[in-house]
Parts: sequence; structure tokens; C-alpha cells
Amino acid sequence: MSTGIEAGALPATMPAPARKADRAGVGLARLRRLALACVVPAALVAVWQFTTAGRPYSLIPPPAEVWAELRDLAVGGVNDDAFSGTLWTHLAASLGRVYGGFALAAAAALPLGLLIGRVPLIRALLDPVLQVLRPVPVTAWLPLAMILFGLGPRSAFFLVFLGAFYPILVNTVFGVRSVEPRLFEAAAMLGCTGAAQFLRVVLPAALPSIFTGLRLGLGFAWVVIVVGEMTGVQTGLGAIIMEARQLSRTEIVICGMAVIGVAGFVSDWLVMLLGRRLLAWSPNHG
Amino acid sequence: MADPTIPILDMRAVSKTYAAGGRRTEALREANLTVERGEFVCLLGASGCGKSTLLRVAAGFEAPSAGEALMWGKPILGPGPSRGMVFQDYGLFPWLTVRDNIGFGPKARGRPSAEVRDTAERYIALVGLQAFADAYPHQLSGGMKQRVAIARVLANEAEVVLMDEPFGALDAMTRERLQDELLDLWSRTGLTILFVTHAIEEAIFLADRIVMMSPGPGRIEAVHAVDLPRRRDVSSPAFNDLRRMLAAQLHSHHAPRAAA
Repeated sequence: MSTGIEAGALPATMPAPARKADRAGVGLARLRRLALACVVPAALVAVWQFTTAGRPYSLIPPPAEVWAELRDLAVGGVNDDAFSGTLWTHLAASLGRVYGGFALAAAAALPLGLLIGRVPLIRALLDPVLQVLRPVPVTAWLPLAMILFGLGPRSAFFLVFLGAFYPILVNTVFGVRSVEPRLFEAAAMLGCTGAAQFLRVVLPAALPSIFTGLRLGLGFAWVVIVVGEMTGVQTGLGAIIMEARQLSRTEIVICGMAVIGVAGFVSDWLVMLLGRRLLAWSPNHG
Repeated sequence: MADPTIPILDMRAVSKTYAAGGRRTEALREANLTVERGEFVCLLGASGCGKSTLLRVAAGFEAPSAGEALMWGKPILGPGPSRGMVFQDYGLFPWLTVRDNIGFGPKARGRPSAEVRDTAERYIALVGLQAFADAYPHQLSGGMKQRVAIARVLANEAEVVLMDEPFGALDAMTRERLQDELLDLWSRTGLTILFVTHAIEEAIFLADRIVMMSPGPGRIEAVHAVDLPRRRDVSSPAFNDLRRMLAAQLHSHHAPRAAA
């Protein structure tokens, strides 16, 4: 019980940055937002605790047990089994696949999106194919991926790539196509024509959309990581969840879910910070 | 390059017909216009008279369907830095600061960055926006945005400035101030300006010559030289006489289709 309350109360104990009088209001508002954000998680943990604690045949372990398992996964010293202290290895493996697949997806989808958005011939050539492929869910690719890339990390990598690719592509194309025509005229009369417009006009003008695509893509990369790691890899948060499921170690499954949630949240937050910096010019961002 | 016997802009029987959805629209029919270096010429007319089309042909955004558009006697084949355009909706790059918007042209043309910076600073000062050099367009008022748009074109060493109802979206007070500032810039720099407007008073206040255009199809109706001494007094009898005469002429274009 106490663990849930502690976790919920943690942010509230941080000092508010209220050095000046006019800052106090901002600090207070931030504190309030944090407190409000904690209400629902605290309630959920309470319900979880209430429905599982003290019932030996519950299939879902109570919060305290999961918390103990999480500590064991992170630093060991509780159960001292095959899972103890392995969290960081799995997290690192998943991070590598998520960011690797994401980076590859961005590297492919960005130039492709710019070209599809701007060059009619390439749009006519590629857009129909991509529109047909896009609704195919990543999970449906699993068997083919395993045939094409074998059992193991390469399949996982490919599936993460696929999950991140379409949101980046679609948003890049949209961003490029909605650049105000006036800006091309302005650039042209100032002496910036042809391919130079890609770098000086198309890319910056489409950046807000591209950023939305990158954010969605990174989100999807985390979503598909579990599927990606069902392809028979030994490490990764998805792999540990699948393995724990087979051993009926539900507390480990929950730990894996929680770590994916937090890692995905933190990575989204980092992208948002970067976006705020790069898009300070846009009245709709920053 | 600048042979004084050749006009800086020369439109010879320029026609422009747009085909859209199987229908052909004649926007401009056989417009003849020459602009001398250093001249301030206003294209005046109601909407649909082809004044913006003529301007866009001069800019190189549109190719004439028939006739010839020449600058210094050579055909205009596309937009270029020698003919800077100032749009009514500004067309500033929202991701660039005032400084970088003004430096955009020199930078795009590969000038060294120190020179780009100096040029930008000089033209920021010329339009009095020193305090806003690091602001983004969405943080500026309409008048300030249009100053940036003008400075951006001047910083790029434009020989002709083409202005498409540049002050049309501004409030009356800002508009008057910018008209004064533009005349001041023009008299100090020896620029050539081709200025589109539908406001008679604005045309008389600014222009050496007023080119009257009429719609359906767009064509040049008459050209009036404005001999009033500068700075022109908008309340003087001579100003009013000219205004009345131009207004009568402008309205006569509308008489047959009063319903519009």
C-alpha cells in the first residue's frame, strides 16, 4: 500500500521554483498540474491494491510484489534468479532497437516524403503503392519478417522500422504539400530556385509537420517493440515479457510494461523539448 | 548593362489567357507599357482589370500568352533578384527572424556570411526595425512585416521593385506612414517602382505616372502623368481635380455592369 502512495506523492515533495513573487503563480500552477496528473494513477494503484492484496490465488500480483520484482530486476538482491539485475541489459537492447529502427525509418521516410510531396512523377510512382501497404498492420508482417530476416534482432529491427516509417512519411508529405505557394514565389524572386528550395524553403516550412511525424513515429516504435521482440530475440523488454509470460511470472510482465511506458514517455518528452527549441518561430508550437 | 536609351521594363502587346477546367479566361489583352529607370509607376484599376497579372508577368511568375516582356531589352524568362516583389500578404519566411528574412536573398545567392550580416543590418536600420531584428514574423504588426518585405527586396539589390497592393491589408494610419516611407526610400535610392493599387488617392500620392486599367478583358485604358509637386498635399485643389477625373474614368468602366 505504502509504495503506491509514495510513488504518487514523490513529485509533490520537489520544491517549487518560486524565487520571485511573479514566479510563484507559475510554480503553483505547475504544482497543481502535477498533483492533478497523479490523481488517476494513485486511484488505479489503490484499486489494484484493494483487489489483489491478501488473495493468494489472485492471478495478478499486488503492487508491492511488482515493486519488489522491479527492484530485483534493476539491482538484484531479492529473488536472485535468472532475471535478477537484468533490467538494464533488456532496456539497452530495446532502446537500441527503438532508436535504431526509428533513425533508419526517419532516414528513409524524410527524403522520400520530401520527394513525394514535391515531385509529381515520384508521387505518381510511389504514392499508390505506399497507400496500399500502409493499412497492413505491423503484426501482419511478423511471419514474413521472420522469413526475410530470420529469427532474431534483424526482424525486430525491421518491424520497428516499419512501425515508425509510415507516420513520418505521411506527415512529411502532408507538410511539404501544405507549404504556402507564396513562399516559393518569394524565394524565387530572391534568387533561390530549383533544388535549393528544398533546403531553404520546403524543409523548414514543413518542419512542424515533420516533427509531428517524428513524434508519432517514435511513439509507434515503442508500441511495436514488443511485437518486434516476439521474433525470438533473447534480450529486450518485449523478450522479457514473452519469457515471463511463459513462466507465469506476471509480476515481471507488469514490470516490463511499466518500464516501456516510462521509457516511451521520457523519449517523447525529449523529442518535444527538441521540437520546442527548433520550432520557436511557429505560433502553433513552442 | 544600363543603356539609358533602353527602358528598364518594356511590355510589348502582352496578353495572358488562363485555361482552367476547359474554360479560357482572358486576363490581359495586348498591354503596352514602358517604365523608365527611376520612375514610380502605378497600375490603377478595379479587380479583374489584369493589373496584378501584368505585374506577375513583369516579375516572371507568369509567361505571356502572346507578346513580349523585356527588361533592359532582354526577355524576362522567370523570377529573379533584379525584380523584387512585395506581396500584399507579405510572403515572409515564418521560420526566419527579421534579420534572416532580410539576409535571405544575399545568402541564397552565395554571398559570404559577413557580408550577408552587414547587408541585413544596413537594411534593418533603413526601415527602422533595429529593435525587432531578432523577432519572428508572427510577432510583428502588419506594417512592420511589410517593412521587412521591402527591406528584403532592397537588400537583394533589386533594380525594379514590383508591389502588389502592398498596403492594402494595413489600417489607414499605417498605410499613410508607409507611403511616406516608401517615397522617402525611393527618392534616396533611385529605385524603379511598379506599384499595383485600386485606391485612386494612393496612386496620385505616389506615382509619376498612373496607368489606368479596365476589366473584361483586362487592358490598359489610359496613362496619366502626375505633375503635382512632391510631397503631395492630398487636400489641394489640384489633387482633388485629378482624383475626380480619375474616379469618373474608373467608374465609367463599371457603368455597363452596374449590378456588379
